[in-house]
Amino acid sequence: MSFVLGIIVLLAKLGIVLMGLLLGAGWLTFGERRLLGWIQVRLGPNRAGPWGLLQPLADIVKLLTKEDVIPEGADRLIFLYAPSVVAVTALLIFAVVPFANTWRLAGMDIPMVISDLNVGLLYALAVSSLGVYGVALGGWSSNSKFSLLGGIRAAAQMISYELSLGLSLVPVVMLAQSFSLVDIVQAQAKFPFILVQPVAFLIFFISAVAEAKRIPFDLPEAENELVAGYHTEYSGMRFGLYFLGEYVTMVVLGALVAVFFLGGWRGPLLPSIVWFFLKVTVVVFALVWFRATFPRLRYDQLMHLGWKVLIPAALLNIMATGGLLLIVKG
Amino acid sequence: MTDKKSSYFQQTIEIFRGLAQGMGVTFLHLLRRKITEEYPETKRSMPPRTRARIVLTRDPDGEERCVACFLCAAACPVSCISMDGEEREDGRRWARWFRINFARCIYCGLCEEACPTLAIQLTPYYEFCDRKILNLVAEKEDLLVDHGGKNTEYNFYRYAGVTMLGPKGSHIKEEEPVDLKSNLP
Repeated sequence: MSFVLGIIVLLAKLGIVLMGLLLGAGWLTFGERRLLGWIQVRLGPNRAGPWGLLQPLADIVKLLTKEDVIPEGADRLIFLYAPSVVAVTALLIFAVVPFANTWRLAGMDIPMVISDLNVGLLYALAVSSLGVYGVALGGWSSNSKFSLLGGIRAAAQMISYELSLGLSLVPVVMLAQSFSLVDIVQAQAKFPFILVQPVAFLIFFISAVAEAKRIPFDLPEAENELVAGYHTEYSGMRFGLYFLGEYVTMVVLGALVAVFFLGGWRGPLLPSIVWFFLKVTVVVFALVWFRATFPRLRYDQLMHLGWKVLIPAALLNIMATGGLLLIVKG
Repeated sequence: MTDKKSSYFQQTIEIFRGLAQGMGVTFLHLLRRKITEEYPETKRSMPPRTRARIVLTRDPDGEERCVACFLCAAACPVSCISMDGEEREDGRRWARWFRINFARCIYCGLCEEACPTLAIQLTPYYEFCDRKILNLVAEKEDLLVDHGGKNTEYNFYRYAGVTMLGPKGSHIKEEEPVDLKSNLP
């Protein structure tokens, strides 16, 4: 009986998280366009529905009705499947993210996380690095020089920044004494880790922006040099999947920043899920704000920042944190 | 940027100060009043010389100005003007029919420049797009207006052409016809 109930609860959670993520990503595209518009002293899309809120639906209808072009000479199978890799890996990361406090229903504790892996952090990093395949293979299979250049850049960039992304989280693991994201949120009961790990937060945030391939790290799709980078040859809903994957990645990275540094769903007064939503929104707003402010880095500057600044800083941060922990805990 | 002597710490602070400055500027812009004019709701009044829909004007006496000289049709780079001219009973010429294909027109205004009688003129009215391309072909009755457009005073026949008011030499700024025989030595 409880087994069947467990499966029903799990399926319900899966559905809610999937819908939440997809809808969130959909309306994030609208929110970003609106915010960018405001920052550029224009109004942004406001025609579809009240305040333009139905714009994502219009976009989806448009993308679905577009012709699905497959270029001649493309590696057909890989070309067709590459976009799904990006979207799926982005969605999969959220499986280990706790998005609310444990919910008590009819004497049963329902943890508000799909799967509390004891290596959740490693899982998140591993799956996010799988996303490189979607981008690199999509770029390669398009049989276009712009796509290929975009794919190569994406691979190089994401592999470089994966290192600092992972290293910046080591101090968090040292403080929380666990790889599980649920335990990391539990460990922030007294204070969020951003207060004791501001350097790790900065490194993680910058690396996360680079992982999401967003301005100022959008070299893989640099419009003015590479047309549209790795998705130059994609059209219709396959392009839409890349687009969706990028925005889901934004939401997921926002959630990861919230979990690792901002205390996850913790907060006074409001329900835990509202706090989680607010924190993700703040991080995502910062991402859009970054996009509106900074110019794109040159390729050598990107590599310089990744290898010569962020990784050494992350390593120093690990040593400093380790030393302090040794002194404090004896 | 900063000189070599300043420490890494100072440089780092300088970098973050610069980044924060930029972020501050963009954030202030977020709160600024937007300058967008929302088109269908608020329409900007176009300057009087804007080149859009073409009309055929009339002279102050209410007559059609067009004399079917074909200069506009000849000047038109996309050949969107066509007409057929004939002589009226009083000797003046007029356009029996006159047609402008607005689907083809590029609103360059060369017809207006070519017109010797100020008949064909471009107006600022621009909202007449249509999905059916044949609706964009305008016949003479669609083009004729009952005013003089940009110049309400001008009447071609006061200066040249078939006179209506009197004998030869009664045009404005025209001298009396010279008696050839009186010019003989």
